[in-house]
Amino acid sequence: MSQQHPDVPFAITLDVGSSLANLTGSWRTERPVYLDRLPPCNSACPAGENIQAWLAHAEDGDYEAAWHEVMRNNPLPAIMGRACYHPCEGACNRSALDDAINIHAVERFLGDQAIEKGWVPAVEAAPSGKKVLVIGAGPSGLSAAYHLRRLGHAVTIREAGPVPGGMMRFGIPAYRLPREIVQAEIDRILAMGVALELNHKVEDIQAEMKDGGFGACFLAIGAHLAKRVNIPTPDAGKILDAIGVLHEMETSENPPLLGRRVVVYGGGNTAIDVARTAKRLGAEEAIIVYRRTREMMPAHDFEVEEALAEGVILNWLTTIKEIDDSGSFVVEKMALNDEGWPEPTGEFDTIEADSLVLALGQNVDTGFIAKVPGVEIAKDGVIQVGPDMMTGFEGLFAGGDMVPSERTVTVAVGHGKKAARHIDDWLRGERYEHPPRHELAGVDKLNTWYYADAPKTVQPELDVVRRQTSFDEVHRGLDETNALYEARRCLSCGNCFECDNCYGVCPDNAVIKLGPGKRFEFNYDYCKGCGICAAECPCGAIEMVPENI
Amino acid sequence: MSDMTAEQKVKFYQKGTFTVGNRLVDQARRSVQGSMERSNAITSGHRACQGCGEALGARYALDAAMRATEGQLIAVNATGCLEVFTTPYPETSWQVPWIHSLFGNAAAVASGVAAAMRVKGREQVRVVAQGGDGGTTDIGFGCLSGMFERNDDVLYICYDNEAYMNTGVQRSSATPPTARTATTPAVGPEPGNVFGTGKNLPLIAMAHNIPYVATASVSDLHDLERKVEKAMAIRGARYIHIFVPCPLGWGSASHDTIRIARLASECGLFPLFEAEHGEITGSLPIRRKVPVEEYLRPQKRFAHLFKDGGDGVARIARLQRMADANIARFGLQREAEETPL
Repeated sequence: MSQQHPDVPFAITLDVGSSLANLTGSWRTERPVYLDRLPPCNSACPAGENIQAWLAHAEDGDYEAAWHEVMRNNPLPAIMGRACYHPCEGACNRSALDDAINIHAVERFLGDQAIEKGWVPAVEAAPSGKKVLVIGAGPSGLSAAYHLRRLGHAVTIREAGPVPGGMMRFGIPAYRLPREIVQAEIDRILAMGVALELNHKVEDIQAEMKDGGFGACFLAIGAHLAKRVNIPTPDAGKILDAIGVLHEMETSENPPLLGRRVVVYGGGNTAIDVARTAKRLGAEEAIIVYRRTREMMPAHDFEVEEALAEGVILNWLTTIKEIDDSGSFVVEKMALNDEGWPEPTGEFDTIEADSLVLALGQNVDTGFIAKVPGVEIAKDGVIQVGPDMMTGFEGLFAGGDMVPSERTVTVAVGHGKKAARHIDDWLRGERYEHPPRHELAGVDKLNTWYYADAPKTVQPELDVVRRQTSFDEVHRGLDETNALYEARRCLSCGNCFECDNCYGVCPDNAVIKLGPGKRFEFNYDYCKGCGICAAECPCGAIEMVPENI
Repeated sequence: MSDMTAEQKVKFYQKGTFTVGNRLVDQARRSVQGSMERSNAITSGHRACQGCGEALGARYALDAAMRATEGQLIAVNATGCLEVFTTPYPETSWQVPWIHSLFGNAAAVASGVAAAMRVKGREQVRVVAQGGDGGTTDIGFGCLSGMFERNDDVLYICYDNEAYMNTGVQRSSATPPTARTATTPAVGPEPGNVFGTGKNLPLIAMAHNIPYVATASVSDLHDLERKVEKAMAIRGARYIHIFVPCPLGWGSASHDTIRIARLASECGLFPLFEAEHGEITGSLPIRRKVPVEEYLRPQKRFAHLFKDGGDGVARIARLQRMADANIARFGLQREAEETPL
């Protein structure tokens, strides 16, 4: 009976209370937890870029922030957007919906914007007083120099050649990578205060380190020695090597004389590059001879397709035996055996050609390195390094094409970054520990219902006739609307993009929205652990964890 | 090939187009549920089961109605789960003026509240009546039909979970064929609820020629909010029928509530449409069509359909025909229009 409320009907004996007094969180057997999972693109990137993060900036239209995010890991976005074989796109979860995000095209757009607008990276760290010597001004050496500079160290690059860039200049033809782009990105690194000494071939690493007062050295001379194969010929002048040809394209006034019919021997990207270069130099026929099948070619399929479109001829399951006295190439047909390996068939044929370019891979010039005590040469003539990129000699690190790994510009840039971090800690007497990797955000972690269909933007290509006759860049870039569109196709795998789904779908109001940029919190006083938030999170940034009951 | 391939036409897509919030669109076009200022008509601490579709649907609907009326709203409730789990004496979860009377008279009470507001000259105060499918399609049907027929200024919302869940999952006239409930057990020659029974209340409401009738689902918040907002802009009798899965009664996982609602619409069994003055004016096309089996399988109430030995295959095919009939009748399979935002 209500004594306190004589004016309300007799049956009402208690004040009205809120259900907030009822802490339904005690029902829970599982709790939702926010987490960041590793997007497959980031996981696949040899340079360790945080692609998801920079696409998120680009999606907002803040291209400068996006570029700075790229630059945290990769100092060469305009180059990378052109030359990288984008393993990120092969891993992209969006391919399960329509097509992978055209990541490299957005990166290229950001890189080109930076060059056009003159954006510069920040050097955050105070000067360390330490000096580091970098040998080789290719992608790996430049990347290491850039990262070491950002960490506050004084860096000197010593390059044996007359120009910096390494394989970005001597390995990748201009129609894939325009030289003014290479120069602009290198100049930006040098402008940060990196010293570059050209035409300086290092012969004695220990002496140069000691004389220059360098606390550490990063070795990145690449692999420039062409592999040869013995093909009997009456005229040795007819046989050239691919790296030599591409090098001459860069350094000589006159393009190399390849003749009307050119045979390229090999199945890698370099073979494709040379054949396409030969076409552009006016060869009527550029014939690639490869001893295995088209499917087994190590060259990237899109490059093979582009080469075929330009009229390059592909002759697979064929080996070159000799060049006979009349100048004809004697070739032997191969056939795949039961294990899928090519075997000679004894069937011979001849090809008429003016020159033969060998594109059979490259070796490392290890001569002067082998002199350094403790340095180990691994099989295949590359330099052995530890997980910290250090050779057997204390303070001497190595990376890029000269250490065991896939030989791409992106891997080289990644090596440069990794080595820089280890060198930095080594100079401080510490050991760099990479933070633990997040769990991978596979497509099974996503709820793709929430994404609209949006097929990939196709990058325009130069007309075939112009591709056959000039070194103009084959692929055009995206314009701003296209780049924005591509960035917005990103699913943000494994990383909250504040879509409000968890906040909206909770039947118990147990998700607290903290405001733009601050994400969300669970209110475990009321969360019953139903798991709808985790099931409906589009990007897989919530997981259900059993309670200890 | 032309000199340069034409660049593709760019549409305003972005990641998470269909999510609750979308930080790339104007504030005014964002959902109520994504807003930090939403009224939370039903606050935390209510006693609905884990993953309750009705608790979610009611908050979606009333928060949208609160924004549409700038907080000038009175809610009337029929007896049912929604009433029981929000108001165990002496607590309430309601953060809107709220009244409950009986199981069968919510529509009549709402008519009365609306009349009182009119008499007092406070016609800006709007009335929403709400009930479950039992209180709407069975027990409260007479009062509801009267409210429609008089064109009283009330929005009646039915939260349809397809049975009497509050009292222990008994069959209602909204229970679908083959569903197992406490009163339609999965035994005998025709296990579960029989074919050829039940009523379709949205179509009955349309037959009253009232200004607005719509179906909605917790699986499509944007569509639901738009329909509530539209209903609140109209005077007279309005009816919205919201599909709200019940993990307990349907035997589904609590985290699957929205997924199951989505599957119900994507297979065609629960079409999303709207009608004005008895004529259908629009429907939401299916985005990713699925067979009814995908909707039925995660629910234990339909488990008997998938057992060996019975004629489950034929009965699933019959449900598929019902879905296909809906798809044809409401035009659910067509090229989606521009992404609704």
